Amino acid sequence: MEKKKKRLVLRTVILAVLALAIGYTVYGTATKEKVELVAVGSEAPDFTLVDLNGEKHKLSDYKGQGVFLNFWGTWCKPCEKEMPAMDNQYQEFKDHGVQTLAVNIAQTDFEVQNFVDRYGLSFPVVIDKTKSVMTAYNVGQLPATVLIDPEGKVAKIITGEMTEKDIASYMELVKPNKE
Amino acid sequence: MSLIDLSGNLLFVAFIAYLVATLLFGGSIKQGNATGKNTGKWGKLAIVVTIIGFLSQLGYFITRWIYTGHAPVSNMFEFTTAFGMFIVGAFILIYFIYRLTALGLVALPVALLIIAYAAMFPKEVSPLVPSLQSHWLTIHVITAALGQSILAISAVAGLIYLLKVVDLTKPSKQRFWLEAVMYCLVVVVGFVAVTSTFSAMDYESSYNYVDKEGTTRKIIYNLPPVFGMNEYEVIEEHGMSPLVEMPALINAKKLTTVVWSLLVGSVLYLLIRLIARRRISAIFQPLVKRVNLQLLDEIGYRSVLIGFPVFSLGALIFAMIWAQIAWSRFWGWDPKEVWALITWLFYAAFLHLRLSKGWEGRKSAWLALIGFGIILFNLIAVNLILAGLHSYA
Amino acid sequence: MEKIICACGHSNPYGTKLCEKCGRPLTEEEKQNKVVDMRYDGMAIRSKTYNKSFVDKIWNFFSSVKVGISLIIITLIAASVGTLLPQEFYVKASDMEKGAYYADVYGTFGKIYYTLGLSDLYSSWWFQILVGMLAVSIIVASLDRGIPLYKSLKNQRVKRHESFMKRQRIVAEGQVSASAEETLDKVAQKMTEMKYSVRRDGSALLAEKGRFSRYGPYINHVGLIIFLGGVMLRLVPGFYVDESIWVREGETRAITGMEGYFIENRDFILETHDNTPQGEQVKQGVNVVAKNFQTDITLYKQPEDALPGDTENLEKVKDYSIRVNHPLKEDGFALYQMDYRLNELKQMNFELINKTTEKSLGKVEIDLTNPKKEYDLGNGSSVQILVYTPDFDGFENGEPQTKTSIPNNPAFLFKMTTPETPEGEVSFVEIMQPPLEPLGENKYRMKFASAEMRDMSGITVRKDSTIPILFVGGVIFMIGVAIGSYWNHRRLWLQVEPDGRVLMAAHVNKNMFSMKKDLDAVTTFAALPPYKDQLEKDEAGEESTTGGIKEKEGDNTL
Repeated sequence: MEKKKKRLVLRTVILAVLALAIGYTVYGTATKEKVELVAVGSEAPDFTLVDLNGEKHKLSDYKGQGVFLNFWGTWCKPCEKEMPAMDNQYQEFKDHGVQTLAVNIAQTDFEVQNFVDRYGLSFPVVIDKTKSVMTAYNVGQLPATVLIDPEGKVAKIITGEMTEKDIASYMELVKPNKE
Repeated sequence: MSLIDLSGNLLFVAFIAYLVATLLFGGSIKQGNATGKNTGKWGKLAIVVTIIGFLSQLGYFITRWIYTGHAPVSNMFEFTTAFGMFIVGAFILIYFIYRLTALGLVALPVALLIIAYAAMFPKEVSPLVPSLQSHWLTIHVITAALGQSILAISAVAGLIYLLKVVDLTKPSKQRFWLEAVMYCLVVVVGFVAVTSTFSAMDYESSYNYVDKEGTTRKIIYNLPPVFGMNEYEVIEEHGMSPLVEMPALINAKKLTTVVWSLLVGSVLYLLIRLIARRRISAIFQPLVKRVNLQLLDEIGYRSVLIGFPVFSLGALIFAMIWAQIAWSRFWGWDPKEVWALITWLFYAAFLHLRLSKGWEGRKSAWLALIGFGIILFNLIAVNLILAGLHSYA
Repeated sequence: MEKIICACGHSNPYGTKLCEKCGRPLTEEEKQNKVVDMRYDGMAIRSKTYNKSFVDKIWNFFSSVKVGISLIIITLIAASVGTLLPQEFYVKASDMEKGAYYADVYGTFGKIYYTLGLSDLYSSWWFQILVGMLAVSIIVASLDRGIPLYKSLKNQRVKRHESFMKRQRIVAEGQVSASAEETLDKVAQKMTEMKYSVRRDGSALLAEKGRFSRYGPYINHVGLIIFLGGVMLRLVPGFYVDESIWVREGETRAITGMEGYFIENRDFILETHDNTPQGEQVKQGVNVVAKNFQTDITLYKQPEDALPGDTENLEKVKDYSIRVNHPLKEDGFALYQMDYRLNELKQMNFELINKTTEKSLGKVEIDLTNPKKEYDLGNGSSVQILVYTPDFDGFENGEPQTKTSIPNNPAFLFKMTTPETPEGEVSFVEIMQPPLEPLGENKYRMKFASAEMRDMSGITVRKDSTIPILFVGGVIFMIGVAIGSYWNHRRLWLQVEPDGRVLMAAHVNKNMFSMKKDLDAVTTFAALPPYKDQLEKDEAGEESTTGGIKEKEGDNTL
């Protein structure tokens, strides 16, 4: 009887492990296609890029502040549309500890400068010439916005166009010392 | 004589030798003893001629290899010819294990048909595209073809087995399917006959057509067009005009070839039936009357046992290693890959059925024939119909 | 479950067909068989012994060879269905358009095929479950058969009961003139000579060769399971990276998926065979055959502590020419030459000319990767770029728009200043189009002179840490298959009674043909009575009636 019991347990364990393996495979394949940006709640990958004025911006330097990180390109219509709103909100929040950083994806200085001048953008615009920050954040579609809280953690990820109201609420989200 | 001409002549010599050997094997059986195991004069002569043919074809293979600078297995003509050569090689190997002359009577005609089929493809030496420039071309293709050829011997043994055991006097499913196999062989003859006839006449009709992507292309038919390509326009036409226009999805040129082969094959088949006044299976039956069934079954099983590991190594393992190097992934569900997997699964099922379910004899013989059918499907249909990375021909 | 007590006194587990000790047939069926079923040496298949609980029922389902074979056949058929039409990953259409693509190109059949999910069959849940069930079947069936078989072969006795011996396929019985001892010695000598291992027990002898070949199937199953396990591991994050990137000549960019590495495309090379096209090539309209696709690259790595975006101190790792069949390997990654695009605009050269005199005031060379605001031509003339759109797509609110960041259709808004026109003239220049002059007729224009192109390489970035596992699985599989196929297990039992009556039996799991050669040798050498093949006799009797050898019906182990 003892032997029989042992055998039953062994069989149950083997079958359970195999069932789990198959389940994991099916689940893994089903979720594989979804390309995710950095995970919410994880440490935002640090980076350093140079803006149009030659100034270096290092993400970790903004620890203690919220960061509104926007990936964009001049050819991307929704990016273009949300820029003026972003600039307004940048003015609103920059003295309340929320920094805005716009990361252009590997375009020429001329095009980016031209664009910035046209819209009179006041927040820092950096160019990711080698696409390494884009790679680190796994950015696929533009525009993509990553909200980073004062602790340097990813608070929220937004892909697609935002209204000015959205932008304001997102910046509010990562504002330090909320009363 | 240049190397490539020499190569072509050697292949021709091999072809003739196989033809003569087939007749000798037939003769040896007619004259033969009670078991079909013949070591008499005719049988000895037959195997000697077979070996001469094989060496001659090996000469073709090597000279062509030297001439082109790569193993001559890179297009349909080269690969199929090599496949025929390996079948003869596998037959010689099995012959020296079991000394069964009856095997030659079927193995050689099968090899002949395959080589003749190969000869219908363009024989020019074509340079290699970058993905084929690798030693793995030699290693993978030769091992895979070798495995397939040994597996083919199992079908040869199976066919003889069935020719002997299937009762041809009463209608039955087995009788029908056996005759269907014979018919298929005749259709291949039909294909060879019609293709070489029109090729000897330098027949050409050319058309412009619109392919499925919407681009206009030119196509040259080497057989009188039965079917027209999508929205075809005549450039130069001889003999006949296409009877029906096909949608872009269907290659009407290939369909024309298939229909001509079936047509000529059927006419040939009917002629044979009319002249002999019996089924083709029945023509062959007396020749294999005396073979030892036990031995045939053993040969059928043994050749699967020998061929299966070789096939696994060449068509799956070496294939995966090369695919990882050339295409960055070891497996990509390309039709050719899938059909190699199907072949492998099929023979795995064959072995399990035989070992556990006792499927021996007749059932085993049928399975061996189906297996060979899958191999031929992978060789012919997958290359010519299902487009994929392997369609180099 | 009851034990079966054999006549010899040995107690066998339920389901045993041949007594573990003496080999007597224990079931009615075996007793009636002329030749016993030696597949698992008559051992009880474990699945048969317990069949009570739900778990046992599942276990027994997967243990069945019939189920295993059915799974193989179903997988085979499913796999073939996936080759009817090209799978989605070979179709050049975006995810959104795929459904429409199948419907357009393959009509109703294509639509059904796509709707049923057959166009992505191999990653469908049901196909994966099918393969998973096949794996379960392999594991369970092998455990159930392999372990008892191993035990049985390990504990073989030399002396077997007469009823066991007489039910073997090869049997010999008769008198010998030599003494028992002499016969046994002679057989032992000959069998040892033929590399059998010989064991003796009184007047009984067992000669055995190639027992390991019986384990071949189980070894290859282990290999298959390792292989499938490796394939499964690819889904675990970190084991598998599959990315593709485009790199333009002269460009340096981060390698997606390969953290901290950068690739510089120094040159893309496309070579063609310089053969004269003939035969089929002409027919298919192919004029040249590609000979080589190659990207000369430099691989860089960031210093350990560098951050993304910091490209100041890149360390060169190596120069390499990536070619088809010659990927670059580094740090567990491999970079493959996969694709290319030729001739993307890199630089455009214009001349500032007087419209009426066609006289040139100088050349403006615009590097599209880094256009300048102003180009001074000396002699008091200059050209300013007001707007540059790499992929001009029409105007919106008077502003020229760009579709992408790629210079497919570059357009410029120039401001040309000459001594003659110190105020400057504005002209909108689009490639291959006459200039637009929004502020009235100009005296000068920018005349397109020439362009420089560059190529682009499509590189696949691949890491597959499961390859070693797959390789080990493959090797074990091949070893198992080879052992199981190229060797066979041969046994010969011999018992000599003191009065000179000899009983001999032989068994081989396959390839009776070569076993018979051994038997012939030993029979002659030791002057044994002639043996007979019990199956062969069967066949001779049956040939006239059904014409085939006896087909065993059903698997009585199930």
